[in-house]
Amino acid sequence: MVKLTEGRGKELFRKYGVAVPKGVVAGSADDAARAVASGAVPLPCVIKAQVLAGGRGKGGAVRFASTPEEARAAAAAILGSSFQGETVREVLLEEKVAIARELYLSFALDRTARLPILMTSARGGVEIESVDDSEIERQTIDPFPGLVAYERRRAARSLGLTGPLVGELDRLLTGLYRLFDDEDAELVEVNPLAVVGDRLLALDAKVIIEDDAAFRHPEFAAVHDDRTPLEEIAREKEIAFVQLEGNIGVIANGAGLTMATLDVLKEFGGAPGIFLDLGGTDDPKKVTEAFLLMAQAKPKAVFLNIFGGVTRCDTVARGLVTALGSVAPSERFPLVARIRGNNEAEGIAILRAAGVTSVPDLKASAQAVVAAARGGP
Amino acid sequence: MTVLVDGETRVVVQGITGHQGTVHTRAMREFGTQVVAGVTPGKAGSAVEGVPVFDTVREAVAKTGANASCLFVPAPFAKDALIEAVDAGIRLSVLVTEHIPFHDMLVMYHYARARGTRIIGPNCPGIAAPGRSKVGIIPNVVFRPGRVGVISRSGTLTYEIVNGIKEHGLGQSTCIGLGGDPVVGTSFVDALPLFERDPETDLMVLVGEIGGTAEEDAAELIRTSFSKPVVAYIAGRSAPPGKRMGHAGAIISRGRGTAASKVAALERAGARVARFPYEVPEIVAELARTQARR
Repeated sequence: MVKLTEGRGKELFRKYGVAVPKGVVAGSADDAARAVASGAVPLPCVIKAQVLAGGRGKGGAVRFASTPEEARAAAAAILGSSFQGETVREVLLEEKVAIARELYLSFALDRTARLPILMTSARGGVEIESVDDSEIERQTIDPFPGLVAYERRRAARSLGLTGPLVGELDRLLTGLYRLFDDEDAELVEVNPLAVVGDRLLALDAKVIIEDDAAFRHPEFAAVHDDRTPLEEIAREKEIAFVQLEGNIGVIANGAGLTMATLDVLKEFGGAPGIFLDLGGTDDPKKVTEAFLLMAQAKPKAVFLNIFGGVTRCDTVARGLVTALGSVAPSERFPLVARIRGNNEAEGIAILRAAGVTSVPDLKASAQAVVAAARGGP
Repeated sequence: MTVLVDGETRVVVQGITGHQGTVHTRAMREFGTQVVAGVTPGKAGSAVEGVPVFDTVREAVAKTGANASCLFVPAPFAKDALIEAVDAGIRLSVLVTEHIPFHDMLVMYHYARARGTRIIGPNCPGIAAPGRSKVGIIPNVVFRPGRVGVISRSGTLTYEIVNGIKEHGLGQSTCIGLGGDPVVGTSFVDALPLFERDPETDLMVLVGEIGGTAEEDAAELIRTSFSKPVVAYIAGRSAPPGKRMGHAGAIISRGRGTAASKVAALERAGARVARFPYEVPEIVAELARTQARR
């Protein structure tokens, strides 16, 4: 998934006619000061770190300024700092608005209903997880007519809106649903949505774009996300790769088998931390690339657990042997292999010729890799 | 018909001239599936593995009586291909294709449902009834005819477990890989009633994963209206919570969706929940022995 920063999300909001406060994204303290001095951002203003993690207000990543100098100082203090592991590269400067009420709304996917869902709550501005179910209105939306007028009126009622604000919400929901649909979003969340006079303003924007729709949205390809550099390379090569805490690397095929492998390793006291899902491939080159990527993550030991279906065992074995040949001796790590399924015998023979033994039993192979990661036999 | 496929199932392969289409057409025929037609626009008149290729699903149905489709076309074209199959009167469509945007799947699912076509998948290995028919890509070698029904959200993990059932001397009635995407055509609760009615199935294996609430929904159905013994496994029990979706995702499921919640729900419903994949065939074998003694 591609998570957009608030600034990027608000650019999309504007594109779909959703009102946001006047604001400018700045990458330096000078730019920040200029944005205020030129009047592009009215004073007083708020300066917000453009990071993906939540809790910015409490974490010191949101500041206020009444003069260009204060704006410069606030931007200088935030830019380049680290917020929950993310380096702040940009700040969003926005006019401060007089908030009468804070509301919540989001469009997401209801997997059980297999429909988009609109959730609204009059209790905005707080973490929505802390709001009681009875205070959240949920409406699933049929994609064929799309979001219809009575659903928008029902949302307005749930938010306690009256008068001109009903029309404001109607336009806002129409725009946001179009955004959700046209931009292939997994999530469009506005929290808070502020009542300012007789207007509604989206004070925050959380937009997540679905990865699988990337072919329709080349414009999001360059978006910075919270991936590690190796995860970024993997993404380019279309390999599912996740780095977390732990020292055992796991190469498996299929998400379910990868997770099951992790469960078994943990049971035997291992600390799996680097996951690589080969998916279905019959290209030995892809296996080689995947294995070399794993090597760069410097695991203590690697467990290769493959059940061959589309991916044949001999393909995996060939790719693996090629990769082993190009890992420098100083960079090597213990490897435990378990390959089963299609062309199992050929795969095992290829591995054996390269000095790698395949252990057919999942329990035994998991125990072997845990021991190897501890430096044992 | 037992569960969705049998000897009467006549398959048209959509995207048959691609590499995967060709390879799996061969494997399906080796399994005993009646693969009667292929469709690739612009390739009419050719043949793949002896199977005639048509430009459109409508022609394939008219000329060969195809009633099921197996879809290998790339994700950007999958929506179009599925709608074509539905419009041609195909009753069952197995979507092997992965990475179909869920916004497309929403439309595909509701379009198909309104017209009486069942979708299995996407991003799924398909369905197989050993000795009868297979639509999809599950390796032939893991099967053996028997009386254990299998439904799973995983791919390779299913192969692993189905293979384990075979190695324990038992076999499968029907196995369905439902796919692990957020929007699937057939979920556990859609599939379970088919097995409840199936006289060939004595025992059910359910393989789930963390994420979503399909397993909790299944547990509710098992508790109220499923009479056969169920053995379950949930992958991802020890997966770290990071890399999660936004807040809205969390409040849709409200604390459900974790492995612990799924395991607890299934156990409350009377299912035997295995801690590890290799325990599933062991428990299945134990239950099968108990049933045999009755």
